Amino acid sequence: MSLLNLATSALALSAFCVTTAAARDQVQIAGSSTVLPYASIVAEAFGENFDFPTPVVESGGSSSGLKRFCEGVGENTIDIANASRAIREKEIKACAEAGVTEIIEVRIGYDGIVFASQIDGPAYSAFQPVDIFNALGAKVLVDGAIVENPHQQWSDFNTQLPAADIMAFIPGTKHGTREVFEDKVLLKGCEVTGAMEAMMAAGMSEDDAEDACLDVRQDGRSVDIDGDYTETLARIDANPNGVGIFGLAFFENNQDKLKVATMGGVAPSTETISTGQYPVSRPLFFYIKKAHLGVIPGLKEFASFFIADEISGPDGPLSDYGLVADPDLAITQATVSNETAMGSN
Amino acid sequence: MPNDTKILNGASHRSLLSKQDAHTQKRNSAEKRFRIYGMVALSIGVLFLIFLFASILRSGLPAFTQTVVNVEFVVSQEEFNKAESKMLKTKAYQDIFVAALNAELEKRNVEIAYDKKTIERIVGKPGGTIRSYFTEDPSRVGRLAAFELTASSRVDGYFNGRVTRESLVDSRFLKAVDLDLVDALHASGIIRQAFNWNFITGTDSGVDNPGGAGLGASVIGSFFMMLVVLFLSLPIGVAASIYLEEFAPKNRWTDFIEVNISNLAAVPSIVFGILGLAVFIQFAGLPQSAPLVGGLVLTLMTLPTIIISTRASLAAVPPSIRDAALGVGASKMQSVFHHVLPLAMPGILTGTIIGLAQALGETAPLLLIGMVGFVAREYPDGFMSGFTDANSAMPAQIYTWASRADPGFYEKAWGGIIILLLFLITMNAIAIILRRRFERRW
Repeated sequence: MSLLNLATSALALSAFCVTTAAARDQVQIAGSSTVLPYASIVAEAFGENFDFPTPVVESGGSSSGLKRFCEGVGENTIDIANASRAIREKEIKACAEAGVTEIIEVRIGYDGIVFASQIDGPAYSAFQPVDIFNALGAKVLVDGAIVENPHQQWSDFNTQLPAADIMAFIPGTKHGTREVFEDKVLLKGCEVTGAMEAMMAAGMSEDDAEDACLDVRQDGRSVDIDGDYTETLARIDANPNGVGIFGLAFFENNQDKLKVATMGGVAPSTETISTGQYPVSRPLFFYIKKAHLGVIPGLKEFASFFIADEISGPDGPLSDYGLVADPDLAITQATVSNETAMGSN
Repeated sequence: MPNDTKILNGASHRSLLSKQDAHTQKRNSAEKRFRIYGMVALSIGVLFLIFLFASILRSGLPAFTQTVVNVEFVVSQEEFNKAESKMLKTKAYQDIFVAALNAELEKRNVEIAYDKKTIERIVGKPGGTIRSYFTEDPSRVGRLAAFELTASSRVDGYFNGRVTRESLVDSRFLKAVDLDLVDALHASGIIRQAFNWNFITGTDSGVDNPGGAGLGASVIGSFFMMLVVLFLSLPIGVAASIYLEEFAPKNRWTDFIEVNISNLAAVPSIVFGILGLAVFIQFAGLPQSAPLVGGLVLTLMTLPTIIISTRASLAAVPPSIRDAALGVGASKMQSVFHHVLPLAMPGILTGTIIGLAQALGETAPLLLIGMVGFVAREYPDGFMSGFTDANSAMPAQIYTWASRADPGFYEKAWGGIIILLLFLITMNAIAIILRRRFERRW
């Protein structure tokens, strides 16, 4: 009967573990893979500089992080959600329904989105939003008519661009980066080419036309990447004609393999992004569950540490890695120290 | 055999028996062709294996060496107090280290132009190591301490051959001219390459510090998970198989269960992850990222494998053993536990070890229960907390490293694969040895 004894003791063991696990002493974070590198740098430094245990930072994308964030209040839910876009109304509502009524929004800085290609590939050196829309939009304007995207090569619509097959690797829809790409590149290109106007003239409402502008062609020339930037890099490596979308920090870390294109005539850099000259940038956020402050040890300390001048400021390790420091960091610091929840001011 | 035919063919007296008719020739050449196909298939397999191992070793071995900067310096009580009073203490220690290296260079009259920024680009992120050295034992403050601290990722890559002067693009991480100073430091012995023990024993590090990354904590995470898997799946699996094989009546119900066990063995592992998230974390309230939950999920995944292999080895024990036991008056249960089970044990153990090895290399279910990301940062405080403290597992850690921007981490991922493979090879070798030693043939 030793087997039975073994089985019962194993069960007892796991039951014991459950009771010892009653109190979580560690901050739990999940969300955007764009924010993950910064959060991991801060988490490591937090563990090294404070007596609290190192927070756990998981990846998964902004949407899935916010979804888990909105599961409810309690120790088996996460404390902080990282997001590379602002939280949506829909998500705030879902949060409130699950009991997460007070959320503190913390903006940590800005991130640039760059268009890069193989270092030895075709000379993609200067893009305009129009070019990207013409290359990747599902329906584009050709000779005054809205048609299914007929372009096969970049030179088909802009002779300045190389005569290379169109091939682009763009972030999948679960990434916050996708939204910025849609808003600041596709929609802009759609408006400038006049495609949006033409769509509205053809009887679409403004909202429908906007949605149609954001549709990406489905014939295999635009590939959604659901993984991380490393996956995009691997695809670019295998595809000399490919153009990929990366975060500025990722590109800077891999400059020996990638070259970057200007957007709207401006080369991406920390300087051009912080001044707002480079058009495709977005703020990065994390969201704190206010109900967990004071319950999970170290949560408030971690949040204040994250946005301290020594960390997120222009000379801190985050901007050293590629984050564009937020000029209004002081306001965010006040929000955290006062624990001001969204919508309460 | 072919030789014999040749001799017979060469003999002057040809008989009908030795002469090959058309049909025999056809059969023989068909066999010859089949042998060639087999050889080709085998050599393709071997070729792939060699290619795989070569690329793993080529990419992964650099992870086991680390470029280190040797420097000796004293941290005075005043400096210690000042550093400890700051918010970002590690940065203060890093500055002390950079200043010490700067002083050392001045003493040696290095003729290459450099400034403080150059040194900052060459050294890694050793602030945490220095701080823990002094905070562990404050009596070390004020005494001369010799440090071997990690160089930055790109300097490390320069010595590994990942970064060359030609491929290096000047950036705030490293400039090509900095390599002159690196070469000078290397010549004077301040920078050298050392075996990277930290890679084997250390914990995960932030994305800006590939030199500090180690697999140790996630090995421990994997160990606790395997412990849970072993202690749950072996007793449950064996009990279930003994009942199904020896005691259960053969009816529609047991057939139904049998079919489902076989089906479970083929269910994609990510499904178990979703189940684990819903049942163990959201319903039962177990902690996230805990090896206990990981182990429970992997137990579900391993159970079918163990049940199937246990039933096969129970069935392989000849019925005469059971009959003999029953014949001398043993009860059904005595015959099973005293005779059949011991004889089936080698097969059961082999199946269990192979099931464990499979579980050890599994990543997909861990994605959903919070074990992938920046998790394996700290060793558990004790044996019990090893089950519940947030930790990662080896394959999950490798996956995390592979997705980081710094190419230094890519190297670490390959190095992690080497360690994981060593574990798997050891486990499979144990399974083979057990089978060889204890297997009985009937």
